[in-house]
Amino acid sequence: MDCHTLILTGAALSALSGWPAVALPARSSTGQSLAALMNVAGCGLGLAAVWMFFVDGPAAPLSCPSPVPGSDFIVAMDGLSAFFLAPVLLVCGLASIYGLQYWPQREGAANARRVSFFLGLMTAAMVVLVVAGDGLLFLFGWETMAVSAMFLVATEDQLAETRRAAWLYIAASHLATLSAFGVFALLYSQTGSFTYSTLPDSTSAAAVGMAALALFGIGTKAGLMPVHVWLPGAHAAAPSHVSAIMSGVMIKMGVYGIFRVASFFPEIPLSWGLLTLAVGTISAVLGVAFAIGQHDIKRLLAYHSIENIGIIVMGLGLALVGRATGHAEWVLLGICGGLLHVWNHALFKSLLFFGAGSVIHSMGTRDLDVMGGLGRRMPTTATCFLIGAVAICGLPPLNGFVSELLIYLGLFGAIQADKSSMASAAAFAAPGLALVGALAAACFVKVYGIVFLGAGRSERTARVHESGPAMTGPMILLAGCCALIGVAPVLFAPALDQAASTWVAADAGLNARVAELSLSTLAPLVPVSIVAGILFALLAVGTIVLLRRVRTSPKSLTWDCGYAAPSARMQYSSSSFAQWLVGLFGWALRPRIHLPKIDTLFPADVDFESHVDDTVLQRAVNPATRFFMWLFGLSRHLQQGSLQVYLLYILLIVVGLLLWKPAGS
Amino acid sequence: MFDSLSIHSVLHVLTVLLFPPLLLGVINRTKAMFGGRRGRPLLQTYFDLAKLLRKESVFSETTTWVFRFGPVVGLATALVAAMVVPLGHASAPLAFNGDVILFAYVLSLGRFFTMTAALDTGSAFEGMGAAREATFACLAEPVLFLGLLVLSRISSSLEMNALLGDAVARGWHASAAPLLLVAVCWFVVLLVENCRIPFDDPNTHLELTMIHEVMVLDHSGPAFGMIIYGAAIKLFVFVAMIVNLVLPFRTGNSLLDWIVFLLGTLFVAVLVGTVESVMARLKMAEIPKLLIGAGVVSLFAVILLLSYP
Repeated sequence: MDCHTLILTGAALSALSGWPAVALPARSSTGQSLAALMNVAGCGLGLAAVWMFFVDGPAAPLSCPSPVPGSDFIVAMDGLSAFFLAPVLLVCGLASIYGLQYWPQREGAANARRVSFFLGLMTAAMVVLVVAGDGLLFLFGWETMAVSAMFLVATEDQLAETRRAAWLYIAASHLATLSAFGVFALLYSQTGSFTYSTLPDSTSAAAVGMAALALFGIGTKAGLMPVHVWLPGAHAAAPSHVSAIMSGVMIKMGVYGIFRVASFFPEIPLSWGLLTLAVGTISAVLGVAFAIGQHDIKRLLAYHSIENIGIIVMGLGLALVGRATGHAEWVLLGICGGLLHVWNHALFKSLLFFGAGSVIHSMGTRDLDVMGGLGRRMPTTATCFLIGAVAICGLPPLNGFVSELLIYLGLFGAIQADKSSMASAAAFAAPGLALVGALAAACFVKVYGIVFLGAGRSERTARVHESGPAMTGPMILLAGCCALIGVAPVLFAPALDQAASTWVAADAGLNARVAELSLSTLAPLVPVSIVAGILFALLAVGTIVLLRRVRTSPKSLTWDCGYAAPSARMQYSSSSFAQWLVGLFGWALRPRIHLPKIDTLFPADVDFESHVDDTVLQRAVNPATRFFMWLFGLSRHLQQGSLQVYLLYILLIVVGLLLWKPAGS
Repeated sequence: MFDSLSIHSVLHVLTVLLFPPLLLGVINRTKAMFGGRRGRPLLQTYFDLAKLLRKESVFSETTTWVFRFGPVVGLATALVAAMVVPLGHASAPLAFNGDVILFAYVLSLGRFFTMTAALDTGSAFEGMGAAREATFACLAEPVLFLGLLVLSRISSSLEMNALLGDAVARGWHASAAPLLLVAVCWFVVLLVENCRIPFDDPNTHLELTMIHEVMVLDHSGPAFGMIIYGAAIKLFVFVAMIVNLVLPFRTGNSLLDWIVFLLGTLFVAVLVGTVESVMARLKMAEIPKLLIGAGVVSLFAVILLLSYP
């Protein structure tokens, strides 16, 4: 059995995993268990296929006739798709297990069956999308994924907010679908087939159109900054394990689309590379800036997805700059940094969403400002969340550091480039990435501190309990993966090399030079492991010294500068922690601040509130939508609902056509 | 990546472990001289550390293991950062391509846990300190990286030893202006990262106006000792970078070079003390302006360097 048969069998198993639950009674949990079992089995088979691919190399493509005459559906796994498949399969499988306790069928009845059904379908759709070797099968998987995700976002459709989020999601998602159709239609016009292949040139209008549609159209799905508007609401509204899939892997499908389309071009103009790099940097900086202002733990994590997609696209931009200027090492560093960040983000972001889900499951709310001190009551969740937080900030010795290091190496390479080359401009992304890292650290100190540390800010925190093993197990596994990539990145270098050489294959001249390089010689992967070892050793020594030196430690209150009766309400809140940074980014965030004026000597109780809404949604998309509603509303006058009026319209048009004489006839 | 375990590596480790607390003493003595006082002994920080290690710790009931772990991470990360920075002519024992990124990020890791430990106490004051530290770090980090861009272009390398090594001496001939700007901006980074006046006053008595000191209000005993020691090492690391930048000259005699380097660090410490003595603390709201200003100047340095033929 070759890897294609194996992965398609797995995908079929995942796609069918929801049926038993639909057939069985709504209140029985057997259906959900079966669904989870089948989806995990499907994902397991898929991972085996990916492993087989990396060990045995590519298999012969499969093809079968498609509904479109003259075109076949082609299944062809290559280095790039195998690389994207691994996180899809891992995260979807774990999410099924997590859902058993997070969204149990016994409590959720009807919508739990829906979640099981569409979760399996979405897994299969993503697998099909990635293994596709032609545009038609890609679109088939893409649309199935987009629609399944819509039903998953709308799980709690009794809430108006959820329905709004689902509508916004499906509208934005179809914009991306439309762009994908455009991309493959243009591919057909250039090469005469929907099969992935190299374009004849990169300068024709069609090629430029493909590039623009990929970055800004398919980029909608990925959540790049100006076109991210659907993302925060949809991630917040969906159940947490679905958010983990959406943020961890579904938006990566948009990234996959961009990477795939970029691999079609035989050469890349420098301006494309610099533009991509700029879009990525802006996305990363503003994504994290918006995240800092949020009070809703899931909206906050959603904005971090925008940030991380930005970092991935920075890697791509660097690789494109490298291709434009013929620097093979930037290509390798950029593409490997971006791709490794795809894995890393899938791991730590789904870990963080699982952690957030565990908190929400226990607290019953997503509001950060009523939490506090949960670390003592749910130690496993807290520790796993902390590992995810350190990883997402790109700090050593975890995985986020490795991928950001690769991108930094490339960007610093750009500053050392030849004199008077515009490529040096790429280096200005490096301080941007440093800013992103510092902002992310600020944001995750805030989240972790407000949720898990300090004293509880509401009654509810006293009733919190640790989640069950089906929820903590996947978190522990993901945390372990984060640590593994961080400590031994060299293990993953061969897979990255292979994906990079697949990506650059269209560029005949550069291909050979990239093949000569290898990531493990270009980047300090072994020193990273050694530093991680030194760091762990020092931490162990420090902890032991501290534990041995600390003698009888009488417990007491927090000192609080002599105030003997501190209350939990006096703690810093998420807004107060973020206040300064939100102020510094006020030009973009436009925070809504409700600040009561106090002008009497003995004022009554007053409230202070500040919210950071999505600026693009509020200031651009919503006004534009209202304008179009008004514009199309004008045509409503034509709709009278009486048959006679419509007959009159027909008569008028017929008369008009009779009178109309086109010139020349 | 490792030098053969030469005498320099041993000296490097010993210097990093033993020398940094002296800098705090020098700064304090400078400030005392400006104030017309005799000041505390130069070795006072060593005495303080010895005393703290023998004392017992008090832990608040609100805190968890994160609170105790914070000082350990702070010290461990400062030590790792000190291992990649060359001390004068002697190259660092831990060196590889890209170690400058590690340097910045490992210090971030320490900061992350210091801030987390502060939030663990549930005190408004410590939350305030953590929020300020987080904000200023966001503004200081790009300044550091813009400086690294300049040095990376001058030295065509991304390894600390080369970045702050002989290439700097050549750089002062060919492109002195950008280097000068970087040196000034990094001095600003040194002041803000190590919580000195005009950004933060380590000796202030009012918690409301503190940044770093207020984050560690609740720490006591050996844990507090680790924090002070870690802070001294971090100060030493930044001072060493400045000294590498402004004194890239070699005498040829390695003993003499060591002495020149150590005197250089003492001189920078005197400079820090002088700044602390002659300047008032900035208003809290002015701090971002100064840091953004430093960022703009560094950006200008990069553009200036790129404009050279």
